[in-house]
Parts: sequence; C-alpha cells; structure tokens
Amino acid sequence: MNMVSFPPRRPRGKVHVPTVTLAHGGGGKAMKDLIDDVFVAAFDNPLLAPLDDQARIDLLDLAQFGDRLAFTTDSFVVDPLVFPGGDIGKLAVCGTVNDLAVGGALPLYLSCAVIVEEGVPIDLLRRIAQSMAATAQEAGVKIVTGDTKVVNRGACDRMFITTTGVGVVAAGIELGAHRARPGDAVLVNGLLGDHGAAILGARGDMALQSPIESDCAPLQGLIARLLEAAPNTRFMRDPTRGGIATVLNEIAEASQIAIEIDETATPLRDEVRGFCEILGLDPLYLANEGKIVAIAPPDEAAAAVDAMRAHPLGRQAAIIGNVMAGEPGRVTMRTIFGGRRIVDMLVGEQLPRIC
Amino acid sequence: MRYVDEFRDRAKADVLVKEIERLIARTGRDQNRPLQIMEVCGGHTHSIFRYGVEGMLPKSIELVHGPGCPVCVLPMGRVDDCVAIAERPEVIFATFGDAMRVPGSRKSLLQAKADGCDVRMVYSPMDALALARRNPEREVVFFGIGFETTMPSTALTVLQAEREAVENFSIFCNHITIVPTIKAILDSPDLRLDGFLGPGHVSMVIGDAPYEFIARYYKKPMVIAGFEPLDILQSIWMLLRQIDEGRCEIENQYARVAPAGGNAVALQAVARVYELREFFEWRGLGSIDHSGVKIRDAYGRFDAERKFAVPNARIADPKSCQCGEVLKGVIKPWQCKVFGRACTPETPLGALMVSSEGACAAYYQYGGVKRGRDEAEASVA
Repeated sequence: MNMVSFPPRRPRGKVHVPTVTLAHGGGGKAMKDLIDDVFVAAFDNPLLAPLDDQARIDLLDLAQFGDRLAFTTDSFVVDPLVFPGGDIGKLAVCGTVNDLAVGGALPLYLSCAVIVEEGVPIDLLRRIAQSMAATAQEAGVKIVTGDTKVVNRGACDRMFITTTGVGVVAAGIELGAHRARPGDAVLVNGLLGDHGAAILGARGDMALQSPIESDCAPLQGLIARLLEAAPNTRFMRDPTRGGIATVLNEIAEASQIAIEIDETATPLRDEVRGFCEILGLDPLYLANEGKIVAIAPPDEAAAAVDAMRAHPLGRQAAIIGNVMAGEPGRVTMRTIFGGRRIVDMLVGEQLPRIC
Repeated sequence: MRYVDEFRDRAKADVLVKEIERLIARTGRDQNRPLQIMEVCGGHTHSIFRYGVEGMLPKSIELVHGPGCPVCVLPMGRVDDCVAIAERPEVIFATFGDAMRVPGSRKSLLQAKADGCDVRMVYSPMDALALARRNPEREVVFFGIGFETTMPSTALTVLQAEREAVENFSIFCNHITIVPTIKAILDSPDLRLDGFLGPGHVSMVIGDAPYEFIARYYKKPMVIAGFEPLDILQSIWMLLRQIDEGRCEIENQYARVAPAGGNAVALQAVARVYELREFFEWRGLGSIDHSGVKIRDAYGRFDAERKFAVPNARIADPKSCQCGEVLKGVIKPWQCKVFGRACTPETPLGALMVSSEGACAAYYQYGGVKRGRDEAEASVA
C-alpha cells in the first residue's frame, strides 16, 4: 500500500439544536456542524477524514482483491424509518453491500447521500448514521464520501438515503442471470418474506400486532462461503422488492429456461404465513433484505447448502426447486396440496384482498 | 400452522380426487362434454388457482369461475363516481386495498391518489370511522363494496357513527347481493351449468335458505363451500355424490363457519341500514333487478350519494369484452377475443381481468395462459 499522508485533524463541529432546519443545508457553519457531529463522527475513517469533494482510492490497493471493479447504487425510502429488525440506515448499507456481493464482488467502499426534511430530530439522524456505521463495520466496508441536503417539510418522506458502492470481483468468478442450465438447483439461504411482512406490520394501518422482524443483514460473508464451496455457482440475486417470485422470473427469462419450485421446500416462518393468510398476500412476492436466491450446478448444490447452513445467516438454507428444460421463461410451483401453478411477475404492488 | 395445514393435507386430497374420479366415471361425462360446476365466489377462484386444484381434477370436470368477485363486477361508472368524490378537496376517501386498481373510464383510485386525491387504504370500515374522528375538519367517505360478507360490517359502522353522532362520515354504498345474480345466470338461455359451489362467507351471513329455489325450481344442486383447497375438493365430491344419487339439494360443506340459519345479528343490522335498489349495474352482466342495496332514508346523512352530487353516469362495457360469456361458462377465459392481448392485468378491459380473484386475471397469473395456448393449438391441429 502506498503511503498516504493525511492533514492534521481539525476540531469537529457540534450541533446544538434538537431538530434539522433549512440552515443545516445552507452550506455554512450549521451544515459543517451537522456533517461533523452526525456523519463524520459515526463513519470516522481516514479516507473520509479530509472531507474533500471526493474520496481517492489507491488502484493497487483495489487490485489485490481481483481483476474487475463492481459498482452499484441504490436509493432507500422506507416508512417507518425505524422498524423491527432495523432502520433506513442499516437497510441503506445492507442493500448496496448485498448488490455488490451477489455479483461475486468483495464490497469495499460506500458513499452516502442523505436527503432529510427540516424538522427531523437530530437524535434520529444520529441514530441512523450510527446504525449505518455499525452495519458498515459488520460488512467490512468503509463509508468514504457523502452528501447531505435539507429540504422543506413535506418535500420528502422525512429522509431518503442513497448509497453507492464499489467492490472488487476476484479473478475467475463468473456469474450471470443467463447462465442457468436445466438440472441446476435453486437455493435460498433462509426464511422468506420477513422484511416485507415486518414493514407492513410496522406501518400499523393493518391493525395487526406482529412479532416479525426484518431479515436485513449484510451477506458478503455468507456469499464468500458459498462461492468457496460451490465455485461454479451460476448466478445470485437478492430478492428484495417483488420477492423471490420476481427474481426467479428474471432468471428464467434471461436464461430461457423454466424453473419449478416446491412449496413444501420453501422456508417460511409461521408468523409470515399467518400474516399473509390474514391479509390475502402471497409470501413469494414479499421483500427480503438478508436473503439470496442462488442457482448452483447439480453437483455443487449440496455443498452450497451445507456452506450456507454453517454460516449464521444461512441456518435455514434450502434447495427450493430446479431449473428445467420446459417453456422458456416459465416459473411454476408444485403446491403444498399437490397441484401445480404458475408463479408470474406481479403487475403492480400486492394489495390486501377484500374477503 | 393450526387450522390451516389440516385443510391443505395432500394425503386427504389424494383420497378425495380418487373418489371424484370414481363418481365422475359413472356420469358418462368426458373431456368433450364435461360436467360444468360454477364456483360462485372469487375467494374460491383464488384458492383453486393458488393451489392448482383444477389441474388435479379429471378433465371431465370443468370449473366455471362465477361472478362472486365484488371488485371485478363493479361497473366503470361507479368507479368514476368514486374518483369524483375523492377529487373533492375536503374528502378523505377510504377504501379496501384491491378496489384501488379497478379502472374507471377516466382513472382508477390509485391514479387519483397519484394525482393528489387523499385516498387511504383501510382494512375495515371501522378504520374509516376512526379516520373521521381524527379528522373532524375533513369529510371521510368509505367505499362500501362487497356482497353480504362485508355488508354487515359497513352497516354496523353506520350504526356506530350514528351512536357517536359523527357527522363527517359517510358511505359510498356499492354493496351487492348474490342471490338475484345467481338467478340471472340461471335464467340465461345459453346456460350449461350442472351445479354450484355456493359462497361460504355470504352463507355465513344469510344462511342456506335463500338458495332453496336453485334446487327446487332450477333443479341444480349446490354445495356451500369453504375456501381451503380441501374444502373445495370435498364440496366437488359432495356435488358429484348428489348427481350420482339423483338428488338435487342445497348442502353445506362449510358448517364449521356457516350455520344453517345465518347470522341473525348481522342480518338485523343489514335490514336496519339498507334497502334493495330497483336494479344495479354489473360489469359483464349488465343491469340486474334487486341486486344491490342502498342506504335507507333514516340513515341518509351517512349516504355519500346524497351528501355529494355524484355524476352517476352509466358507462357501457367495451364491445370486445366477453366477460358475460365467461361468467356463464359459455366460453373459457382464453377463448375470449381480447384475453392476453388487449386485455391484460396491466390494462384490463373486462371485469374478470381486474382483481386477482377475477377468473381471467387468475388464469393469466396462475396458469391459464399456457393451457389456453396449448388447447387452442390442439384444436387448430
């Protein structure tokens, strides 16, 4: 690693008011205080410390991990900002880390752009920044650059966060949605639908008390174990919005193959099943934030499941179905009742049924 | 999960399917002249597709997916009225989730919300009443929709609003009633149905007596059916047993939920709050006499139709739409001229493509497209 000399530390600013005001977005001292007190204090690392307009990363440093740069971005809007099992900050780190990791990349650096409404409590902002920092540490990434904007009350839903991430893909790892072949196994690393059910429950408009927590978690560690055990894994994706049904349809389409999953093999928490029964929702379409769908060749599938089960985030990993020659692009499910049905993409959002 | 898994037991399903195969063989029906059974209720249609029940049945039984999806049969003119009410600046328009996507001639409630209307999704009419209490300066209108299943909860909410003297709450009443609609289907000249699976949750409210005429005058058997896949198989088996034994009765498979006499308290509330309309317009079926209810004069101040001037325009179904023929079992969804082409879940032309409980949407979503294509190809060859 090249020697990098950092300028001496300057005194950190401090926020002395309880809520965010438009002054915190004005570019002056109030903004510097907010950035220092909330974000720099939490993310604290040498690449961020100079607070220049960009973080500068040594190429040789990156090259030791592989031969390709992976680069992704995602915006996070969630209501409520804090929910059982996480908050928007944790989500913003996990989402981008996982988008890098499912491509076979080692996630390394993130940016963090926050748009916040005036009136949001500083303590809430601080809590979310700290949650981002803790999750980044867990994921082995550094938040090295960022931006903060303050908007009028009502101009956004309290807070939006965008994170961009870079990672490096090791030589030899080749993943792609078009690589699935008949005979391959479809795997997941655990219970499905927790995040979607947790968020719907936390909104409170369903008047349902639910103990379900979001599965929000950074998956780089689990994915590394999986790729060691099953190096010829064809493809991975994190089934966030649209759930596993959507991801399976995307794979079937891209690879021009059919996929059949088995309802009895699909891991679901009883609480999520009950939640879906009451509201008339289908758990296959609920969002996940700590899950992957992986396609593995038949001779590596068992090793892949074992590797995931050995990891804390994959205890309930399972083979849920198979890739088949059938009608290209078609996803079907063998139901618990012994019938068969098509699992299509959703047209819009899932809405609770009347009766 | 208790009270759920028992009703999805595969081993019991296998036994029932074998029994069904044995009984249907004795009727002499085959694939070319199948026994047509209509499941009246959209909830049944949903379960049938969700669990792949249709594919487990012999090809000599054909399920016809009936009119019992209240979201599907709502005519475009009524959706336009909803949007007109929601567009009033003082109004908070509260609705069940799946009614939000139903297209009107101008827009759906989902689009109206995007355009700035205050449309809120609620899970019960009581939630809408709570909204009215919390927002005394606004007018809260609840979109009353559904058959006898949801009719009592809307009625009880009106009675509660009266007791609490909540003045900023009203109902846009689109409740409909199933019996006149079954009768309209039975009266249609192209009818081919051999029997009915009766609506379980409607029956929970109205009991089984209102269906007697179906067996007595139209000589069609009916089994009131629950909504789990095993309920549906057992009901089909009960229907076949009636046919096999030459009986024609109203039987109840769903006695664990639907008592013979219905629910007296619910019926009382319904009778107090509503009266029959002379007629009500249905998407796909046209106008049916006495098939809808409106709020009685005594509760007129809770009636959004009186409170706000609604356009009340009648918008004809698109000409190309064959929902009526599908509803009566004359054609299957994929035999409709526009199925999967001009009419898809993204851009529904007809009633049955609107809600996930609609027969066409269910086919499109859960497995009819391929089967439709296969059969079309086979018939061409």
